[in-house]
Amino acid sequence: MRLFGAAVGVVALAASAFAGEIPRVDRRSGYDFMSRETRAMQDDDTANPGLLWVLDGGALWNRKTGAAGRACADCHGDARASMKGVAARHPLFDAARGRPVSLEQRINLCRTDRQQAPPLAWESRELLALTAYVARQSRGLPIEIAIDQRAQPFLDAGRATWERRQGQLNLACRQCHDANWGRQLAGSVIPQAHPTGYPLYRLEWQSLGSLQRRLRNCLVGMRADPYEYGAPELVDLELFLMWRARGMTIEAPAVRP
Amino acid sequence: MVANALVNVPAQARPGEIIEIKTLISHAMETGYRRTQLGALIPRDIVRQFVCAYNGTEVFRAELHPAIAANPFIAFSTIATESGTLTFHWTGDNGFSVTESAAIVVG
Amino acid sequence: MERPTSRREFLLAAGGAAAGMGLVSIIAVEPARATPATMQEAIRKTVGSARVDAGRVKLELPPLSENGNAVPLTVSVESPMSEADHVKAIHLFTEKNPQPEVVTFRLGPRAGRARVATRIRLADTQTVVAICELSDGSFWSDRADVVVTLAACIEEV
Repeated sequence: MRLFGAAVGVVALAASAFAGEIPRVDRRSGYDFMSRETRAMQDDDTANPGLLWVLDGGALWNRKTGAAGRACADCHGDARASMKGVAARHPLFDAARGRPVSLEQRINLCRTDRQQAPPLAWESRELLALTAYVARQSRGLPIEIAIDQRAQPFLDAGRATWERRQGQLNLACRQCHDANWGRQLAGSVIPQAHPTGYPLYRLEWQSLGSLQRRLRNCLVGMRADPYEYGAPELVDLELFLMWRARGMTIEAPAVRP
Repeated sequence: MVANALVNVPAQARPGEIIEIKTLISHAMETGYRRTQLGALIPRDIVRQFVCAYNGTEVFRAELHPAIAANPFIAFSTIATESGTLTFHWTGDNGFSVTESAAIVVG
Repeated sequence: MERPTSRREFLLAAGGAAAGMGLVSIIAVEPARATPATMQEAIRKTVGSARVDAGRVKLELPPLSENGNAVPLTVSVESPMSEADHVKAIHLFTEKNPQPEVVTFRLGPRAGRARVATRIRLADTQTVVAICELSDGSFWSDRADVVVTLAACIEEV
């Protein structure tokens, strides 16, 4: 199939639906599988603990940092305008690095390249706060992942991870999340695993956390070796998950059990 | 670690109106019952008191124990008596102390 | 492929109980536990020798909680909240948490309405008790049972 340029932010023809993919009409956010009380916690900005990180992120956005003595705001101005839609488009192919980068990686690249500041550690309070603040600006927008021929191999790698049996339990992600979503697993309902709400406040963590944290949890839960934070396997899987959730609405920062 | 708080108070109210106030404070609320992987007890570190004052008069107080969830959320109500300032003060273990305030116009 | 060993099942079971209290590891260390008796003792310390009657206060908790780390709770009392007749305090207790006391809310006529919401930790499926103290010195109680389930894939640090 011929591909057109990546200029249009719409899924290219080559990235067609894969076998077993949940039909668009059946796609549901993890929100729909939660209890009424947890949904209420997410919906109320004055009760959603994730907003504490967004508040932090707003302060960090305006703070000058690094050898360049520059704040995010100095280049990007008001995040409400400049960051609108950004989280909905990440992971995004980075031409200079020749591969897709996640939102957290993008923030750290700005820090090292533009602010001349050291990168923030994965799952650090600061990185989570900035990611939450940026992601919050995409709340209500549809996920829009552009796949062109440069990004295709990475999407395929992510999909391969999704479909591959792993760990002592010898399970593939899709076995639960494509084939058995909606059913019970040890007292919890299996969601479809769409990353519409990241970074999110997980009650189990008693903290806000990233998608990569959740993916590592899943791998540990399957008794598989979790990839290190920032590993290409995780970013490729993120890319695949966001693409799989294309068209769904960003809820960040969400709340999950 | 930045300790911050989110307070939701209506900007204005009618005299005598009962207003609902919702508060969130960033705090791990370490219970003192958890153990590290080597079995050592992690000491308790929690928010212990929350006080709301209205133009200096205390109108609500909460005495917290470790069973209050992390990032404590407390929603309560008070009567909008006069214009002024509502202050919110959280104190806890290890010298934890955070104050927030919100202005209210009544009339 | 071998069936899961009994040791693994034991660790998963211990981890399940532990995860409900937010314990970091799944070492099988016996956690401190309150009992209905220690809860009664804590209630007794709060109310003194006064009688506690069921009624007046209403405790709202979900009958099933997805995660014991943050269970939303609302407690309310039908009261005019006047100078002459108001709620002075609301105390919350649990039966099976490591300690029975949860929180004490101190109200008064300025509250306007006796209704407070918060989120609590529940270590296990158990009963939660609310005791309210009125301005006339009387004490009233309500109880609610909560079934606590846990996240299916238990995280390790």
